[in-house]
Amino acid sequence: MSVVPGLFNYWVAVFLMMAGFYVVIAQGNLVKKLVGLALFQASVFILYISIGKVAGGHAPVISEAVSLYSNPLPQVLILTAIVVGVATTAVGLALVVRIQEAYGSVEEEQIYRLDQADAQLKDQSKDPAEERTQDPGDRLQADQHRPKQPGHNPAARSGHEAD
Amino acid sequence: MIDIVLLGFLVLTAVAAIRLRDLFAVVMLFGIYSFLAAGLFMVLDAVDVAFTEAAVGAGITTVLMLATLRLTQRYEAAPRRQRLLPLVVVALTGAVLLYGTLDAPLLGDAQAPAQQHVAPRYIEQGLNEVGTPNLVTAVLASYRGYDTLGETVVVFTAGLAVLLLLGITDVAPLRPGRRVIDDQVVLHVIVKVLIPFILLFGAYVQFHGDFGAGGGFQAGVIVASGLVLYDLVFGDGEAQRVIPPSWLSRMAALGVLLYGGVGLLSLLRGKALLDYSALSPVALSGQHLGIMLVELGVGITVFSVVLAIFYAFSGRRKQG
Amino acid sequence: MTELITLASGWCFIAGGFLCVTGGVGLLRFPDFFCRVHAAGVTETLATPLLLTGVMLQLGWSQDSAKLLLVMAFVLATNPTAAHAMAKAALEGGLRPQVDELDVVTGSVDQEDRPSKP
Repeated sequence: MSVVPGLFNYWVAVFLMMAGFYVVIAQGNLVKKLVGLALFQASVFILYISIGKVAGGHAPVISEAVSLYSNPLPQVLILTAIVVGVATTAVGLALVVRIQEAYGSVEEEQIYRLDQADAQLKDQSKDPAEERTQDPGDRLQADQHRPKQPGHNPAARSGHEAD
Repeated sequence: MIDIVLLGFLVLTAVAAIRLRDLFAVVMLFGIYSFLAAGLFMVLDAVDVAFTEAAVGAGITTVLMLATLRLTQRYEAAPRRQRLLPLVVVALTGAVLLYGTLDAPLLGDAQAPAQQHVAPRYIEQGLNEVGTPNLVTAVLASYRGYDTLGETVVVFTAGLAVLLLLGITDVAPLRPGRRVIDDQVVLHVIVKVLIPFILLFGAYVQFHGDFGAGGGFQAGVIVASGLVLYDLVFGDGEAQRVIPPSWLSRMAALGVLLYGGVGLLSLLRGKALLDYSALSPVALSGQHLGIMLVELGVGITVFSVVLAIFYAFSGRRKQG
Repeated sequence: MTELITLASGWCFIAGGFLCVTGGVGLLRFPDFFCRVHAAGVTETLATPLLLTGVMLQLGWSQDSAKLLLVMAFVLATNPTAAHAMAKAALEGGLRPQVDELDVVTGSVDQEDRPSKP
């Protein structure tokens, strides 16, 4: 099992890192962003383990037949990193599930638009001068303009805010 | 040569995962990516890391992502915003990083800075000072035991966070006279035969980590995977009748307590935190005892946290 | 004797490799999901044990070949089960096999299998 010497491993690790990075910043679906983050993490692991490799070395388990060992220290660090990575990914996925239940969608743009619509409604309802002059027709129109999402209705939203 | 093939497939998988909009396929590609990375780690002599990546990345993370897809949506919406700026940012960052790698030592260079300083000490003195042939376990549990304590606490905290976010719903009590579905005979039989071996293998990995690839993390994940398999094949919440969720929160805390307790015991006996020579007058047996206890603590915590997270995700009903 | 063993293991490798390649081609080219599951199943059920047998013949009687025998038993037990589980899940999800080229069955999700109007 020989590896190609040189910088090929590092370049591929950098490419994979950039692929994961691109998914995180450019794609709108939250679950896909988390997958991209996990891709990014795995590429960092590849980079570190490549740094620890010694040509002609063996796995760092002491035995009489082996004289040259690969570096155990990056492997220990990455072992920790893998487990911590899965823990944070699990928390991220739990957050995505709650976001789906609160907003009805995990698309970044839809969530942003829903938040903006809510912020506008809050501004309108908080302004006392407008309260008196605002006739019920305006409020009705504002409600109708709010995009319909499954599970996203005013009753559910206020129930959630009361949590 | 196999190195190039694996790296090439990793690149292909990553590019495919970017371009697909069916998230089920993307998650499967992520599983493949994890598995290829595990193969690459084997080629690069990192056996413990390959073991952990295969169990954790290709196993648990894929299952959790699929559970999330079940609760959200399967397809990604069509992209509407412009893609040029992210591409430029990514290209610039990649260019800077590639420029940074030009100074790096070539792969396998024995004179690289990473192979100096501490690493030769671990390799030469590890067997004498710690007594375990597996140097990764020696460094993980003894030389860098404090980091591993922090990591165990992180895993525990993540389990806590997921339980706070999602919670575990109780399953309905078993109706008397209920039998398992008969048209899934193949799955039931095979899984029933496999699960004892999986659990036994997990126990073996837990205690064999001193001599070969293994240790607390891998063992905890493998035993949890066995129970996840049971739950997936035998129906909703079956595993909760075997290991109730109330046990899991206590076991997770018990694992961290065990690990921290070993450290505190060393303090109480007048030595430094996690100094295993305080556990026994003979230095090497103190190391063995200390490593066994802390790995057990890690294994218990990882097992209970992974299983609790799985319970939380699988018990959640799609709402709205 | 050793030449015979080397020859046998070589043929095992060639056969295993050939089955892997055909499995891969089948995975891409078969028209229907269930045919593709079959192709994948062939790869894991026959090709992998053949390759493992080739390696075991090379190693002779040793602890490593005993371990490989156990690995082969595990693969033979689990991989066909996985293929079975996939096919079963597809059936539960409503996918039906395409029975005839002229017979377009409703419920199939392949592009070329749009149901024809009666």
